Amino acid sequence: MAVAVHDGEKIFRTCDVTGFKVDLRAEKIARLNAVVAVVSFLIAVIAALLLVLTRWQMFHLLPVDWYYRVLTLHGLDGLVFWIIFFELAALVFGSTAFLNTRMSSPALGWLGTILAIVGWLMVNYTILTGNADVLMTSYAPLKAHPLFYLGMILFAVGALVIVMVFFANLMIWRRENPGQSLPLFVYGLMAAAIIAVVTIASGAIIYIPTLLWSMGIISDIDAAVYKLVWWGLGHPSQQINVSAHVAVWYLLAFLTVGGTSINEKVSRFAFVLYILAINVASAHHLLVDPAVSPVWKVWNTSYVMYLAVFASMIHAFAVPSAIEVAQRRRGYTKGLFEWLKAAPWGNPAFSGLMLSMIIFGFIGGITGVVNGMEQTNIIVHNTLSIPGHFKGAVVGGTVLAFMSVTYYLIPLLFRKKIAFYGLAKFVPWLFGIGIAITAVSLYILGAFGIPRRHWDITFSGGPFTFTFNPVMDFFWALFGIGGIMAVTGALLWILQVVVSVFFGQPFRGPQDLQIPIAEPPPPAEEEHEGFVAPGTFVLVLLFITAFIIFVALNYGWLSAMWEVK
Amino acid sequence: MAVLPPRENWPFQKIAKDEKIWMGIAFCVSIFLFFWMIIWHVYAKQNPSFVTYRTTPEEFYQLTKAFIEKYKVGEENGIPVVKPPPGSDVFLVGMQFRWEPVLILKKGEEYRLHISSLDVLHGISIQPVNMNFMVFPKYDYVLTIRPTSAGEFALICNEFCGIGHHMMIGKIIVEE
Repeated sequence: MAVAVHDGEKIFRTCDVTGFKVDLRAEKIARLNAVVAVVSFLIAVIAALLLVLTRWQMFHLLPVDWYYRVLTLHGLDGLVFWIIFFELAALVFGSTAFLNTRMSSPALGWLGTILAIVGWLMVNYTILTGNADVLMTSYAPLKAHPLFYLGMILFAVGALVIVMVFFANLMIWRRENPGQSLPLFVYGLMAAAIIAVVTIASGAIIYIPTLLWSMGIISDIDAAVYKLVWWGLGHPSQQINVSAHVAVWYLLAFLTVGGTSINEKVSRFAFVLYILAINVASAHHLLVDPAVSPVWKVWNTSYVMYLAVFASMIHAFAVPSAIEVAQRRRGYTKGLFEWLKAAPWGNPAFSGLMLSMIIFGFIGGITGVVNGMEQTNIIVHNTLSIPGHFKGAVVGGTVLAFMSVTYYLIPLLFRKKIAFYGLAKFVPWLFGIGIAITAVSLYILGAFGIPRRHWDITFSGGPFTFTFNPVMDFFWALFGIGGIMAVTGALLWILQVVVSVFFGQPFRGPQDLQIPIAEPPPPAEEEHEGFVAPGTFVLVLLFITAFIIFVALNYGWLSAMWEVK
Repeated sequence: MAVLPPRENWPFQKIAKDEKIWMGIAFCVSIFLFFWMIIWHVYAKQNPSFVTYRTTPEEFYQLTKAFIEKYKVGEENGIPVVKPPPGSDVFLVGMQFRWEPVLILKKGEEYRLHISSLDVLHGISIQPVNMNFMVFPKYDYVLTIRPTSAGEFALICNEFCGIGHHMMIGKIIVEE
């Protein structure tokens, strides 16, 4: 391993697989963030298992107080900490190694990391000691212990510091490489980082007064203001994820089949649309709230006339077409789908990438638009359809993409061989199919009106009772089976990561590479005028058809409800 | 190449025909969905209300109590049952962990349903018609509703409101 010396200190190694210059100081920070991310994920997954076995009324495992406690834990560790720590690792590593540049300020990098970790510990501690049974959203006037809000603030500030270091790294790169364009992967990360600034600022704006209120310094927090500003953190933070995982999709298409966006201008334009249109996402959560007007709702919930949805649909063509064109250049040109059949399905990063795109688009994306349309929100709001949507979008989309790319990070970032590599082939399938089943069954349960975040849908102890359609028992069982499959997949993945990183054999060079990195395909023979990715075109038409049918069905159901205005 | 700088002249590369067509379709669908919500406001009968008044828990509880006294017809499991005349203002209050009162409405008639909370956020979920709205403290949210089916309907709280959240269930009876 070649190591460069700077000011008497070794700061670079040269990666013997990719040839990239890797800043060792950045690498350490990225590693620590990635490890904390995986620990958060482990907590979230164990919580998920307990929650599945509680909501599945047949087992009804946890007592009521622990159900809401574990639900709070699951939401924050799964949706916030695991994903954001992973993204912080990606920002630090992506803005140095992928740009062949150095870390602008390792000291600030450490400061941000430590602050975020301290915040993470405080939040987990307050939840587990029963001082913050307020669920992830902690809607005021439900009140948690001040340490909970303080922990969230420290975490947000830590994350923000690292985002700033990321921008500083880009500036160093810009100075060293005048006139060059960013690689698409880093461009996507940059979009994520810009969205993160707005998101985290919203978080700070609402958690600071809430902290003061929980300490008794401020007497009152308006519930509607809290909810509006909190979702400025809550939903746009999921757009950080979308931006980051789309960047990871492009990266994986390149690593697994040598695929390159067929038009960088289009892909970049879509990332810009994300930045422009996505920060208004708070509105999704306020569609059946008092106080806000229909004009405000329609404009904001549509992400400014669905420009962000449009952006996602651009990526939905750009990523698979990158794969298709690369495969066609390799000679898989027969029919519409030979390129897909001949793809490296045995490579866990490739199967993970494909499943992530399908689940994100067909389940997360389509349901997301229906949930977020002003009127159809009436029939899904706070039902199990909501977790059904984000199980598809975040867990099937973001988490699966991150899990898949980790199979490259273990050798390239952690310099370890992947433990039990034979297992890796199955993990994306087990996890992906499991979470897809979970998401779809949750969505259906929600369509029958079953509430989310509810300990007992037999309403024991209540003055009245209500029995949901008995067909639901079937979907509860399906939900349970899907959930257990996904949990098993996730635990196997965590086992592989932990054993590899802490007890694994060192990775000594390209000869130790277990997961293949594709050679770039041969260059295009000639420019041709017709379709370059006909297979992808058919797939996206299939998608848009499913999309329109689903929207129409939901408006059909809605029109059968009571009249309301 | 996702990990390397793009090829030279990338900003001037022509967009492939299929990608161009797809972007056209995707853009039209996006714009259509946007205008669909507006069209639904004009022509359809299910739209979330935006009529809201400021109130306080004390004031709203007074209004509800007066409403109950005026139209009370009985009591069920300790909760008053109220039968307001069609077209009237109807009050429903959510609190940890119950809804008050039980309402008897008439099918096909319109009511101005005022909902608010005395403490934290609640969610009102009318089952099995599956319509869901938020209930805030200090905001009087007015839903102008017209029940179009008769029978007994449950009011389930579907916003987490504390340890007894699962016990919070109320009732609306719609008569023919």
